[in-house]
Amino acid sequence: MIWVNQIIQGILLGGYYALLACGLSFMFGVMGIINIAHGSLAVVAAYMLFVLADQFQVNPFIGLIAVVPIMALVGWVLHRLVLERSARAGELVPILSTFGLAIVLDNSMFTHFGADTRSLAPYIGTLDYDSWTLPGNLIIGKLPLITFAVAVLLLGGLHLLLRRTALGRRIRAATVDPDTAQLVGVNARAVYAAATAIAMVTVAIAGAFQAMRATFDPYIGGQLLIFAFEAVVIGGAGSLWGTLFGGIVLGVAQSIGAQIHPQGFLIAGHAVFLVILVARLYVTRDMRHFFRLFRRRAV
Amino acid sequence: MSLRPDTGAITVKRWTGASIATIGLVLAAQVVLAFGPLFLSANLIDRLTTLFIYGILALMWNALAGYAGLVSIGQQAFFGLGAYAAIRLANAGISVYPALLLGAVLVAVVSLPISAFMLRLRAGEFAIGMWVVAELAHLLVNLDTLINGETGTSLIELQRYAAHDRRLYTYWAALATMVALGWLVYLMLRGRLGSAAQAIRDNEEAADSIGVRVLASKRLIFVLSAFGCAAAGALWVAAQITFQPKAYFSVQWSAYMIFMVLVGGIGTYEGPILGAILFFTVEALFGATGVAYLIGLGATAMLFALLLPRGIWGEVERRLGWRLLPIGYQLKIGAEDLPRHDSVMVTTQADAPAR
Repeated sequence: MIWVNQIIQGILLGGYYALLACGLSFMFGVMGIINIAHGSLAVVAAYMLFVLADQFQVNPFIGLIAVVPIMALVGWVLHRLVLERSARAGELVPILSTFGLAIVLDNSMFTHFGADTRSLAPYIGTLDYDSWTLPGNLIIGKLPLITFAVAVLLLGGLHLLLRRTALGRRIRAATVDPDTAQLVGVNARAVYAAATAIAMVTVAIAGAFQAMRATFDPYIGGQLLIFAFEAVVIGGAGSLWGTLFGGIVLGVAQSIGAQIHPQGFLIAGHAVFLVILVARLYVTRDMRHFFRLFRRRAV
Repeated sequence: MSLRPDTGAITVKRWTGASIATIGLVLAAQVVLAFGPLFLSANLIDRLTTLFIYGILALMWNALAGYAGLVSIGQQAFFGLGAYAAIRLANAGISVYPALLLGAVLVAVVSLPISAFMLRLRAGEFAIGMWVVAELAHLLVNLDTLINGETGTSLIELQRYAAHDRRLYTYWAALATMVALGWLVYLMLRGRLGSAAQAIRDNEEAADSIGVRVLASKRLIFVLSAFGCAAAGALWVAAQITFQPKAYFSVQWSAYMIFMVLVGGIGTYEGPILGAILFFTVEALFGATGVAYLIGLGATAMLFALLLPRGIWGEVERRLGWRLLPIGYQLKIGAEDLPRHDSVMVTTQADAPAR
């Protein structure tokens, strides 16, 4: 039973990772850029909510109404000032410039807020520990379930946005071929800026849930980036629903690891990531070969 | 080689008077540094040891990013493992200074299987993938009871040496490592591997199509870089004595390497050396300000990436046409040099590996 419980908690945790990863996956899918400052920007959003809650007694969920548009604006500016210019200089420059940005953000937050570990849990009433008990003594926390639901909604929303809206069509066009898209009247520059803004909206929400479900400090941005990145790669880079799957695999691996060894939480997560990486490189090649043989025989 | 032997008007040359003089000066400086302990104060010896280690890191990161097109945010994995291997080997009874070298060799061996799957990742995926490797290495080292988790341990075997001897040995070890790796990278880049690596950096598919062995070249540079970073880590623990996993596996080392190489000039041979000296100076001047200093480093690296991607030395090369330690060839048409800003650098395509 303890294992069933660990797996269920792992799946719920995976929802949180998917939430954290969907912006990274979206930007990678659309622009081919991996934003190293992704995690640090989530921490920036968390601090904004913390200041609103701590000094103005604003409930974090209400606070998001202000923080989400601010982060969208941050995304737009980020694209105009940093990403656009770096992307033009080649595929390696965005890594360097966003890494520099992450260092600036982390240390700036440290100068303003100090090393204290913060959390938004005290500002959301009992939601932090409310739970339902299922038969068999399985405990489902309300907040983890809400997080999971929000992740699914966001991923579904991004999916619909890409498939069903005019902006989505423009984004897809600019993804496939920016130059041709430009010829038929799509302003690729504006489309990319909008995509970055959308990614930052998801980052703001992810930062809020990180701060509500656990703690944060100025230097956890790197850790958050790594989790998000692992979810994206496990699920298949650039695929939105794959990201949900990747998050769940990561979450389940971590919670099973934690059950095995006190240090197992992080080790199991990284190990699963590397194992899947290796498996993808070697097994899929053999699988493809196998299927090709099969298809030939069938024909 | 000559491009058009019939005219005789076009010549290709590698050496210039300035570059021969520079090689001479570099050799002389290295000899002088080797005798440094005769006339330098203990404090200066320690500081130069630090500078040499920074130099090794800059050289190695540049070989990886500037020549093989592999931007890594996880070279601290090898830095930390190098220090850890030295402690483990010294603990097993191997004399400390040989243990530093042996540890780096072992880490290079470990990096070989890592390269098998990491090198299949591209650009940003490789960068963060290496960071994951560093995190995992950190966690696994923490499991070793010898290390005491984050509390860390010390290279206690160093106590066998008197403080003065230890300082000199570490200084010489750091100098020798930097000089050896410096010349090794220089000679490698001037040869076949250099042409192959630069072709890969500029366009991997095109390089592959003309017969460059992409994966083999990348792997060689990756393993060399792992060895160098591990040696730097081992030397760092010899200089600092204490080993705290968090400090050695910190992503800050990557930030330092990126700063040195970007500011100095990525993809140039001289740039990272200049970058290491600049970083060393900046740290001596502002290191005490702590966080503000780190913000400055990050901002500078970002601005260089955005506005001056060739770095200081890259700009010097472009504007003044200096080639002090040439790894490419210079093309001259007619009796006179081309106007400097037009001078064509044929970056060793002539050496492209033939199959």
